[in-house]
Amino acid sequence: MASMAGHEGARARNSARRSLGRAGWLAAIGAASLASALIACGLGSFPSTPAETLRALAQAFGLSWGQPVDPALSVVIVDIRLARVALSWLTGASLAVAGCVFQGVLRNPLADAFTLGVSGGAAFGASVAILTGLAGEAVFVGLAGGTGILPLFALAGALLALAAVLALGRAGAGSNGGMRRETLVLAGIVVSTFLSALISLLKSLDEESVASIVFWIMGSFQGRGFEHVSLALPYMAVGLVLVLWRARELDLLALGEGQARLLGLDAGRSRLWLLVGASLLSGAAVAVSGVIGFVGLVVPHLLRLVLGAGHRTLLPASALLGGLLLLWSDVLARSILPGGAELPVGVVTALIGGPFFCLLLGRSGRTGSGGDA
Amino acid sequence: MIRVTNLHCGYGRPHADRDVLHGIDLHIARGELTGLLGPNGSGKTTLLLAISGLLPARAGKIEVAGVDIASLTPRQRALSLSCVPQRAQAPAGFTVRELVLMGRFAHTGMFADYGPKDFAAVEAALSDAHAGDLAERQAAELSGGEIQRVLIARALAQGRETLLLDEAVSALDMARRVEAYDLLAALHERGSTILSAVHDLNLAALYCPRLVFLKAGRMALDGRTTEIFTEKNLKDIYETDIRVGPHPVTGAP
Repeated sequence: MASMAGHEGARARNSARRSLGRAGWLAAIGAASLASALIACGLGSFPSTPAETLRALAQAFGLSWGQPVDPALSVVIVDIRLARVALSWLTGASLAVAGCVFQGVLRNPLADAFTLGVSGGAAFGASVAILTGLAGEAVFVGLAGGTGILPLFALAGALLALAAVLALGRAGAGSNGGMRRETLVLAGIVVSTFLSALISLLKSLDEESVASIVFWIMGSFQGRGFEHVSLALPYMAVGLVLVLWRARELDLLALGEGQARLLGLDAGRSRLWLLVGASLLSGAAVAVSGVIGFVGLVVPHLLRLVLGAGHRTLLPASALLGGLLLLWSDVLARSILPGGAELPVGVVTALIGGPFFCLLLGRSGRTGSGGDA
Repeated sequence: MIRVTNLHCGYGRPHADRDVLHGIDLHIARGELTGLLGPNGSGKTTLLLAISGLLPARAGKIEVAGVDIASLTPRQRALSLSCVPQRAQAPAGFTVRELVLMGRFAHTGMFADYGPKDFAAVEAALSDAHAGDLAERQAAELSGGEIQRVLIARALAQGRETLLLDEAVSALDMARRVEAYDLLAALHERGSTILSAVHDLNLAALYCPRLVFLKAGRMALDGRTTEIFTEKNLKDIYETDIRVGPHPVTGAP
């Protein structure tokens, strides 16, 4: 029985190392997110030190110590910056998780809310809601005058676009059922382009709404507040729970449908729910921030190189890193131009994400399909 | 226990001419180790696919442990039956241990994560399948023989009650094949019901007390190995001359 004991010991060590590694990575990215939030809440035209920021945030929650913070600065920190930080973090988390799920379900490394046309569909749905007046006063979408219906329209648009892309991809692949990677992305581009033309058409029909529709094209958090957080949060929470609970199913789907079924997965139903969850996340993100590309592509790919492809770690890690990435992208977007002008955050993510993604592709090409050998 | 009654099966659109299996009747009692043989294209893989539930029956019925498999959910089916596929490409980014852990999927609840019981089953399966040394390796980088050991380990982690193997050892070298069949024999002794498609006649005769031969989608022969493993029978099925003699050590054919 000596070998049994040694065997048990090795097992305990291995599982400890594995769970420590997994939890350690998640904790590290989570801590970086919190620290970044603290710093980002202090950056802007009225800068504050992290200590001041922390005091202002604590005061907002009824705690106070030291010197009271200037009320004006406090408003800037809590009502303006914290809301943006929270919204950009949530949006980044949602987009990264949605991208990870799309890649897993479709077994296609190029899949993402943006490349599949899902973001475009959501933006179109939101535009319709604004133009028909269903979402409330156009200028105050999601604000006091809004009806909260906007994310539902975005979700409907996202699901319709996804259905169209999958149907197109299937038709393009012929009758043998196999869907080629390129076909799917091509279908995504077709649907995206068509929808953005439709958005332009809607725009020209109603000149007054132009200002609020323009930002769907290149996402932005300008002028977003806690109203938007509360508008999107329920949908994001439902979507996150839906896909995080199915992380193990994504692992099985990576084996292919036949093996997944042999191991006990109802593959069709699992795919459907995962796609609905990812569409919820993308739809909610687009509803409050417009179309932001690259987060859903770059974040899961980078993490796969470091953490492997197991989705039980990959999904939560994607949420944390996606949030972190978009949080800093928004800080750059609002502070990089002199004179207080803002860049759309989608421009920043594309500027960072494009070259980074090329680098990743080059690296994975050199090391072969095995990844982190 | 596996009971197949008048099974008709095929691919593509249902059509009598396209059936691959034409009325298979097969009963494998609890605890039997049965070798499934037959020339290429005789329907071995199709029969295993049908029993595993991946290929729906066009006519007839398949019961596993007394339950019609058509009435089971994939999860229930996976709990009563584990399969080792013919050849499988492991996806990139998973370690061997993670791949074997997937065998435990059907044992976990809808919203529960894998628990200590699952991790323990994985370690036991890895060591029984002689794959313990591979545990930390990337599954996508394994050789054909190594991946087969890992897939056997995954099936063991999934369940040992009833095992289906489809040419599971054809990619292994001779020593590994014998090792794998020793493992099957050990499982058989502990009560597993095993149906294994085999190419290697020698291994089949050596290890399987019972053999089932398929030919052109029909049952050709079914019986005790010692009774039916004869030169005449093999010649009828494979249409080539085969010499059969007693094994020098065990005396099996």
